[in-house]
Amino acid sequence: MNSKTASQPIAMVQTPITSPAASFSVGGLFRRPEAGAFLGLFGVFVFFLVFGSLEFLKPAGAASWLNVAANLGIVAFPIGLLMIAGELDISIGSMIPAGSMTVAIISGYYGLPIWIGIAASLGLGVFVGLVNGFLVVRTNVPSLIVTLGTLFAVAGLVLGLSVLLTGTTSVALKAPELAKFFFGQFVANTFQVIIFWWLALTALYIYVIHYSPYGNWIFAMGGDRVSARNAGIPTAKLTIALFVLSSTSAAFVGMCQAILFNSAQVSAGMSFIFNSIISVVVGGVLLTGGFGSIVGIFFGTITFAVVNQGIYFTSFDRNWSSLIIGVMLLLAVLMNNTFRSMALSYSPKKK
Amino acid sequence: MATPILKLKNICKSFGPIDVLNDISLDICPGEVLCLLGDNGAGKSTLIKTLSGVYRPNSGTMEMEGQPVEFTGPRDASTRGIATVHQFGGTFPLMSIGRSFFVGVEPTKGWGPFKIFDRQKANAVAIKAIQDFGITRIDDGDRLVGGLSGGERQSLAIARAVHFGAKVLILDEPTAALGVKQATHVLRIVNEAKRRGLAVVFITHQVMHAMAVGDHFAVLIRGAIAADFRKGEKTREEITDLMAGGETMAELEAQIDGYIATHDGHAPQLSGAAG
Repeated sequence: MNSKTASQPIAMVQTPITSPAASFSVGGLFRRPEAGAFLGLFGVFVFFLVFGSLEFLKPAGAASWLNVAANLGIVAFPIGLLMIAGELDISIGSMIPAGSMTVAIISGYYGLPIWIGIAASLGLGVFVGLVNGFLVVRTNVPSLIVTLGTLFAVAGLVLGLSVLLTGTTSVALKAPELAKFFFGQFVANTFQVIIFWWLALTALYIYVIHYSPYGNWIFAMGGDRVSARNAGIPTAKLTIALFVLSSTSAAFVGMCQAILFNSAQVSAGMSFIFNSIISVVVGGVLLTGGFGSIVGIFFGTITFAVVNQGIYFTSFDRNWSSLIIGVMLLLAVLMNNTFRSMALSYSPKKK
Repeated sequence: MATPILKLKNICKSFGPIDVLNDISLDICPGEVLCLLGDNGAGKSTLIKTLSGVYRPNSGTMEMEGQPVEFTGPRDASTRGIATVHQFGGTFPLMSIGRSFFVGVEPTKGWGPFKIFDRQKANAVAIKAIQDFGITRIDDGDRLVGGLSGGERQSLAIARAVHFGAKVLILDEPTAALGVKQATHVLRIVNEAKRRGLAVVFITHQVMHAMAVGDHFAVLIRGAIAADFRKGEKTREEITDLMAGGETMAELEAQIDGYIATHDGHAPQLSGAAG
């Protein structure tokens, strides 16, 4: 088939096509999936600059929301990809504490080398992801239900095993310098090193999803699973891979937190479930699949983190922040719907 | 008449105790449109699913280009050149035309692990393929498929199948959800595919559409072929009567008219509806 496409006389074809890359248009920007997320981010920045202070853009202030955004963002990307592919994974809520407890118990409580703890933590992520993926692919039970099951199962397993093995629900961990350097240091005393992981992963995801051919498969799968399979896309394998990615990312975040804070708790991470879904939806990903972008999720995550932390820079009571998040989510979804219908009805010619 | 590209011999298919297809024999020839007619539940979709490799027949044989074949799945059938286009085109509403055209066989540029999706080439090839079929209004491969009309989506799906080397094109009720003008577009594309030497299997229950493009007709009733005839051998009324299961439409209409006349202009009620 490739030889056939290659033999097409491309040069002859290109005449009627106006090169979309060369022409810049404001309308074109609005039709992109991340348009709503970008405007939302702009909006919350203005809001907190007006009601708060400039402190919030200075290094100490920026670190407060960048740290939140980085931890959340690493989980939000795979959640967003699953959503684009038409699935959902909420078991990340217990995979984060599972990841930190695993490294803390193995390397902190039993004193084994930190690398074994890290490998075990990520390995647990791979395992839970495989379980999620296989259950979803084989049983056709909606992934919300499957991962709701594994959410509770993993939470129970972690709590039970921690108490059984260590007799406590909070385990201390003293990581060696090298592990600290990579996973748990404060750069310039305020910025968690995970921010750099997050930025690097953003670049990697943008390449894989928007430039490599594999991204196309995920969008096709979310658009129409049966057609995608008929077109030769290994939908089952791809679904399982995405679940492995999300569980492993969650375990990674948990592992980094344990190394950073020198301890791990059994109950930390449930807030990530809703926060990551909010970030992804604010970022312009369609809940039913087939539409979205990595840059959108990136902006959505920052928007969420700014709203979450920005309240501390204003004179408002902390309790109002959930109200702002709720209103922001609704506004973002409405805005994204508008932009999506603009994209759908777009036609280059005037009728 | 050309030699058949796909030949069905005594195909039977049953699901448990229910016989859905009964002793079906059909010849599908290149450069011809075979119209498969039948009422709902006559076994049309089971037959096309058997042709496209979704189901395996319980008995009977299929021959493709003279060789006996047994499809292991839809993927197998499509690599052998059997493409199925469903009612809504089987395309992805929120993907661009260029991207959806190449799903699964993305063109890339660059080298090694840094291959990237070649958007401009994908768009150019997709637009060329669809414009070759006479849909000249589509000229931007970045447009989303969901923004196209129903007829344009069908055309895109057919153009895609032809571009990737389909020899047998199965169209499952392509005109059912379309308006009159859109349907004409699709019929024109069916004719174009035929002109290019493809074998087209056209499933419909609109006799007008079938007669507009068909060379060869097969009427299915309760899983068996009730009639198999060539273009011009039967009138439209005869075909409609056949599809209605042998009862003549004219008789049925006369019955209803008679009923209305004797019941103050009310149409006959179903016995269950009154109670």
